[in-house]
Amino acid sequence: MNIHNNTVVDNGVNTEALIGARGAFADMPEAAAFTFRSTCDWIEGTYNANTINGYFGLGQEQERKQTFRIESDHPEVFAAADRAPTPTEIVLSALASCLTGGVAAVAQHRGIQLNSVRATVEGDIDVRGILGMDPEIRNGFSAIRVRFDIDADASEDDIRALVAQSQKRSAMFDILTNPTDVHVDVA
Amino acid sequence: MKRISTLIIGAGQAGLAMSRCLSDRSVEHVVLERGEVAQSWAADRWDSLRLLTPNWQSRLPGHAYDGPDPDGFMSMPEITAYLRSYAAKGALPVETRTEVLSVSAEGQGYRVRTGRGDWVCCNLVLANGACTLPRIPHVAASIPREILQISPLRYRNPDSLPEGGVLVVGASASGVQIAAELRAAGREVLMAVGQHIRAPRRYRGRDIQWWMDQSGTLDQRAEDFDDPLRARAVPSLQLVGRTDTPLIDLNYLQAQGIEITGRLAAIRDGTALFSGGLANACALSDLKMRRLLRSFDDWAAEANITGLPAPETFATTEVAKPHRLSLDLRRGEIRTIIWATGFRPDFSWLELPVLDTKRRLRHVGGYVAPGLYALGQPFLRRRKSQLIDGVGGDATELSDHLIQTQSRRAA
Repeated sequence: MNIHNNTVVDNGVNTEALIGARGAFADMPEAAAFTFRSTCDWIEGTYNANTINGYFGLGQEQERKQTFRIESDHPEVFAAADRAPTPTEIVLSALASCLTGGVAAVAQHRGIQLNSVRATVEGDIDVRGILGMDPEIRNGFSAIRVRFDIDADASEDDIRALVAQSQKRSAMFDILTNPTDVHVDVA
Repeated sequence: MKRISTLIIGAGQAGLAMSRCLSDRSVEHVVLERGEVAQSWAADRWDSLRLLTPNWQSRLPGHAYDGPDPDGFMSMPEITAYLRSYAAKGALPVETRTEVLSVSAEGQGYRVRTGRGDWVCCNLVLANGACTLPRIPHVAASIPREILQISPLRYRNPDSLPEGGVLVVGASASGVQIAAELRAAGREVLMAVGQHIRAPRRYRGRDIQWWMDQSGTLDQRAEDFDDPLRARAVPSLQLVGRTDTPLIDLNYLQAQGIEITGRLAAIRDGTALFSGGLANACALSDLKMRRLLRSFDDWAAEANITGLPAPETFATTEVAKPHRLSLDLRRGEIRTIIWATGFRPDFSWLELPVLDTKRRLRHVGGYVAPGLYALGQPFLRRRKSQLIDGVGGDATELSDHLIQTQSRRAA
């Protein structure tokens, strides 16, 4: 634990609310069952757009004030028009966002003031996999690397511990490192 | 049916320590034991296992090691003999070969049905062990049938396993010891590693248990933790009870030729899928070890301990990049899977509303319900509660509590 010499640490994370939620979910585990959704509409070629708003959680449907939109396409080298990032890049950015948010939350909980955080993510893909050229090459990433540059009022080991704890509690890290049952069907 | 003030279930170190404390306080009681004294140590451990704690640390109420090797580690026959001599020396009232079939409420007390008749008691102490059943993940049900699955409670030695490769699931004390022994016997060993705690046997010339004991780490109390349930679930340190293997960690195992991979996450169509989170599991463990050792250094400096060699550092854990993410179990390379994934107590015979939704015993410091106590469980009252060295303090406090509340309940 960090001792934060009476200075107020503010990373913009409401840890009291998160700790309160832990208490509430311990008493009512069914409220912790969330379902998230995204709806994807084809536009043209590999260009399409997701809209994201409602989700289920705290025992009921939840609606946001705003609907979000995430577009995806492919670059010109794949004979596409490059109007938006590829789905694989969106996955990399989702991982980086999840880990970065986690670093902020863990830092707040441990009383560590963050000055700047940047995560740089790389994922390697051999595209012969998706082109069906070699069954021994997988479609997805063969490796993903994340590098954090963190400026914080803490020792090097404490910063490493932030990043490690963030991975330990990250949904995206779990999704990418462990298998998930995926069912796709047609309405 | 027999009536008695107090019954203790289990004649391991916890039940015997409690019996000794109650004897010292003149509380009439009997210890019910399914087999013989120290049954689990005698029958449910592998051949080469030695205690993870040095001999000097096997202190029990009114009893301590007085042999020639205080820094040695007892074998299973030795700890069995040690506990049996403790029971004999104290003339502790143990009824052996008496298996408990059920426990239910009866008036202000409890009815205990055994294979040799029923008892009714006012106070009941559950000292039946923390490691009675293996904790085996659900994926075990999907393992191809031709592979032998075994837990450390049934594993004996490398020769007792079918020939061929072994997948050891789990990298705590049981997993690392069994993996090392199998590799030394020439087996191909793959180890699936989730969260684990790396620790050196000796640090700055002293046994790690000396540090834990002297610095007060083992005396940390459960109520001082934000989340006692999490503290109770902490896995065992990667240790072995011998001084010729300074670190039985993942670097050591890999140097012996053991392949390590991530946590066993799923079995899909006969293929084992392992987590890609291995590097972080190792990073967390390295950081945790460094924090523990730094806390020892800080304590030694503050307490002015002299004559210690300088602080030591250890190489970070090596993780192959990339490491294996899957293994086709139908190809026959792996013939045995060892579930070194932890243990749990057996309370299946407890017909009382004292278990939580995850079937864990609800208690505060070993106090379960009026007249009902638990002893010898992880972090019951202190970090050392599950150690032989820890049950004595807990038994002393709980027996005092028992006497005080008994007089109040009777009044």
